[in-house]
Amino acid sequence: MAAVSMTVNGRGVRGEVEGRTMLVEFLREHLGLTGTHVGCDTTQCGACIVHVNGLAMKSCTMLALQCEGAAVTTIEALAPPGKPLHPMQAAFREHHALQCGYCTSGMVMIALDIARRFGEPDEATIREQLKGNICRCTGYHNIVKAIAAGARAMARQHP
Amino acid sequence: MRDFVYRNPISLDEARQLALEEGALLLAGGQTLLRDMKRGMHAPASLIDITGIVPKHIEFREGEVSIGSGATHAEVAGSAALREHLPVLASLVDHIGDPAVRNRGTLGGALAANEAAGDYPAACLALGATVHTTTRRVPAAEFFVGGRTVLEPGEIITAATFPVSRRAAYIKFLNPAARYAMVGVFASCASDGLPSIAVTGARAQGAFRWREAEAALTGGFAAESLRDIRLSPENLVEDLFADAAYRSHLAAVLARRAVALASGPAPGVVVLTHGSRSADQQAVTQVRAV
Repeated sequence: MAAVSMTVNGRGVRGEVEGRTMLVEFLREHLGLTGTHVGCDTTQCGACIVHVNGLAMKSCTMLALQCEGAAVTTIEALAPPGKPLHPMQAAFREHHALQCGYCTSGMVMIALDIARRFGEPDEATIREQLKGNICRCTGYHNIVKAIAAGARAMARQHP
Repeated sequence: MRDFVYRNPISLDEARQLALEEGALLLAGGQTLLRDMKRGMHAPASLIDITGIVPKHIEFREGEVSIGSGATHAEVAGSAALREHLPVLASLVDHIGDPAVRNRGTLGGALAANEAAGDYPAACLALGATVHTTTRRVPAAEFFVGGRTVLEPGEIITAATFPVSRRAAYIKFLNPAARYAMVGVFASCASDGLPSIAVTGARAQGAFRWREAEAALTGGFAAESLRDIRLSPENLVEDLFADAAYRSHLAAVLARRAVALASGPAPGVVVLTHGSRSADQQAVTQVRAV
């Protein structure tokens, strides 16, 4: 076991982990942040996407120990209990961009990364950028619409 | 996955020492290695994380672009120097994996992994890149051998240099599910006029130079020079997505299209998927925008 410390959703955290402990396992099982999901566990589906130092990454394919000193943001940080939804989350609700919800936290986290890099991306860009996120319910159509709307709302909020 | 000791050295010298220990493996982004460890393909005693200590610098100098091995795919794809001097490589890297993988995976990791359907190895072979390590410089043609690399224990990739080629293009046809290159062809005509064709995804041992196609192109770097060239289906990958004959056919079609694209007005990268002409057009547009 080895000690690791990082900032998760603005809060300093510490833990004792094995070398093989993945970041997603640390978030879910050590910190109780179960909004981040494990889908395929093979770096394909994107259900585990979080932001590490501002960049979207697959937390099932990075070690907790690699995040020593890093700033990690998970879905839980977007809308604290009792507060309004983040514009991207609100867009997912408005456009019915989820059915079972399993992929949703990863979809929202990559959506924020897409909005950061492209501002207000067109449909083709959104579809290309969703290459690493798999949804087995909706067929993506409403997810694409929600990301376009969410990015638009974010741009209006912070032009 | 079996447990291991994670080490985070602060210098390349320390990393080399640690990497020489029994059962040690280097970790340089981990987008291939950690996945393969989950599959039980590797069970190292220790992982030596070199992510923070290998060079990341990207620069153009004397007709070559040099990329530090620690540069992530996102950093390479976004490099102004690369987009100016070798845009085809920036665009190729912009289509590796997916956005989250590109934020983590590195040049050095991709070269050391030498995946069967890797995009980087095809670019290295076709462009005549040189791999720089802590002990030597190795031409790409000698670096990738039989699905592995010539890296010795304790040897660490520090950079790769790519001679600039203006007549260069890469076309890949995606696996319908996992979206890696079922077959990809990189075509380049170097500044001295020598043609090169590298194929990825077709053989289990990884990317290779297609010598028959190159010989046919010495008479003229044009798609029609490849009219009668066929890649032998022997030793090609067969899986539930494509048999050897299908991959052989794809290689010939993509090679002609890559040469046409490389010698046309807007060389770049095209990504093809099943049954979509519009996807083809879209990809061309996207690359032209680079």
